[in-house]
Amino acid sequence: MASIEIEKLEKSYGHVSVLHGIDLDIRDGEFIVLVGPSGCGKSTLLRMIAGLEDVSKGEIRIAGNRVNDLHPKDRDIAMVFQSYALYPHMSVAGNMSYSLRLRKTAKEKIGAAVAGAASKLGLEPLLERRPKALSGGQRQRVAMGRAIVRQPKAFLFDEPLSNLDARLREQMRAEIKKMHADLKATSIYVTHDQIEAMTLADRIVAMHGGVVQQVGSPLELYDRPANLFVAGFIGSPGMNFLDAAYLGGAAILKDGSRIAVNSPAAVQEGSGLTLGIRPEHIVITTDGSGMRAGVELVEPTGFGIILHLSMHGLPVKVFTLDRQALALGGEVTVSFPAEHVHLFDDEGKRIG
Amino acid sequence: MKQSLLPIVAHRLAILCYIVFALFPLFWLLKVSVTPNDLLYSEGVRMWPSRTTFDHYAFVLRHSAFPTFFKNSLIVSASTAVVVTACASLSGYALSRFSFRAKYWIVALMLLTQMFPLVMLVAPIFKILSPLGLTNSLTGLVVVYSAFNVPFATFLMQSFFDGIPKDLEEAAMIDGATKFTAFRQIILPLTLPGIAATLGFVFTAAWSELLFALMLINGNDAATFPVGLLTFVSKFSVDFGQMMAAGVLALIPAGLFFLLIQRYLVQGLTAGAVKG
Repeated sequence: MASIEIEKLEKSYGHVSVLHGIDLDIRDGEFIVLVGPSGCGKSTLLRMIAGLEDVSKGEIRIAGNRVNDLHPKDRDIAMVFQSYALYPHMSVAGNMSYSLRLRKTAKEKIGAAVAGAASKLGLEPLLERRPKALSGGQRQRVAMGRAIVRQPKAFLFDEPLSNLDARLREQMRAEIKKMHADLKATSIYVTHDQIEAMTLADRIVAMHGGVVQQVGSPLELYDRPANLFVAGFIGSPGMNFLDAAYLGGAAILKDGSRIAVNSPAAVQEGSGLTLGIRPEHIVITTDGSGMRAGVELVEPTGFGIILHLSMHGLPVKVFTLDRQALALGGEVTVSFPAEHVHLFDDEGKRIG
Repeated sequence: MKQSLLPIVAHRLAILCYIVFALFPLFWLLKVSVTPNDLLYSEGVRMWPSRTTFDHYAFVLRHSAFPTFFKNSLIVSASTAVVVTACASLSGYALSRFSFRAKYWIVALMLLTQMFPLVMLVAPIFKILSPLGLTNSLTGLVVVYSAFNVPFATFLMQSFFDGIPKDLEEAAMIDGATKFTAFRQIILPLTLPGIAATLGFVFTAAWSELLFALMLINGNDAATFPVGLLTFVSKFSVDFGQMMAAGVLALIPAGLFFLLIQRYLVQGLTAGAVKG
């Protein structure tokens, strides 16, 4: 196991710059999730750590050693691919033992390592099979098994669950988490799925446009998103954003509604800002207080209900556990608790 | 749901027609080769002669230079197939995996070579090979055939390499393989169907090539089988029975070859590598 340090890392293809100076310290044994939309550079960053992409500028250190110019085979890391990338002409056991065979490990040791990994992942009955005779979930397990047999310095995961169906994804997510608790291996996990990020990560690295937007624990990102991008990306359904102006200690919406906010430190009177509030934090009031909104769409999820409201033309989503609120075409009153209101300045940065 | 019979019958009939159409000339080859000479012109058009004989085969094998032609063809075709496939594997891999300067122009140039009618090249090639002592020699034929087949075979191999996900090589490199080890242990075994197809394609192309063999070879010693077939045509007559018998014999190696490699041709060896 090892720590990984990334310093001022840049990547460009010709004139197109993909990563703009990434700094990241990953502690020994930490589970880091790189999350962001397609094209944000998260996979490129992972592949650079693996050695599959050249470094344009900056430095990557694994266990304190600069690895920029090191071939992937000499970095002692394991990677689980989105496509699994199992060797089709080798059995499951052959796939899992390939790295050890390349290192000329003793036969008994290989046998023990493969048996150990197989029992951990429930692959014992499949060891002699070829990949094409396996289901998607089983292939995924073999890919993980191939990574854990050799106890590398770090595990890299490149969207490993995105080819699985929802149920299986949930199950494998839990297994990855268990495996990490078990092995305490430094892991870097790339996903665009914020649920995976929230559930797996010790720390999340939210990326957008080749720039790190925020690094922090899942709850930090959820509770105190650093900017509009993170606020909108983390959480489902996504956070509501409303344009507002700051006047007299309150946010004034476009329709004129006044929303009390915890007075932020340095906001100029009259300046424009964006108000954000998560659907699950909006309260549907029963005493008639608050703002009136029309119900435009009702999406029951079983667990709760997502209401699409219109506040004088401003769209607002509300998530509620209260089934009584189901009143299509009707009207409800809502309030925004001040402690849950996030404010962002006109550059999208968090205020306060 | 009960499927209606008509489309199935029509489908099978269509396939049958196609097979009959494709195989009929071969059947005729076989038929003529076993027809005794005295019946060849006297019986009219019949599907099968009233009497059959293997005399033509016996004559071809014992009294003609056919065994020499056969041996020459085998040497030339097999050597060409091996040389071309080896070159095409490497160049196809390069075109599929590496990006390098002038790649576009190299591909364009290779395509360009495929555009000229070969007849145009007969004279210059003869001029080139003659001072090198490569006319009237099997080596010369191998060189010429290889030159003509490498571009197409390269594209063929490239498409097979393109079909193998890059992830597999990357996984191998992360597992501890060098680029060459990954090529040898992971990519090459998966390209066996492609290699078999290329071998087969080049072998048959060389086996049936007539133009250059005719132009570059004279005399029976270095003649390949297509040239040899022409020896059955004399000034005043064509010995059809013997010619057809030789033709049937010449089909055997090509048939055997495809029998050997057909397992690779039909097998989707890459199934299961990635999702799907």
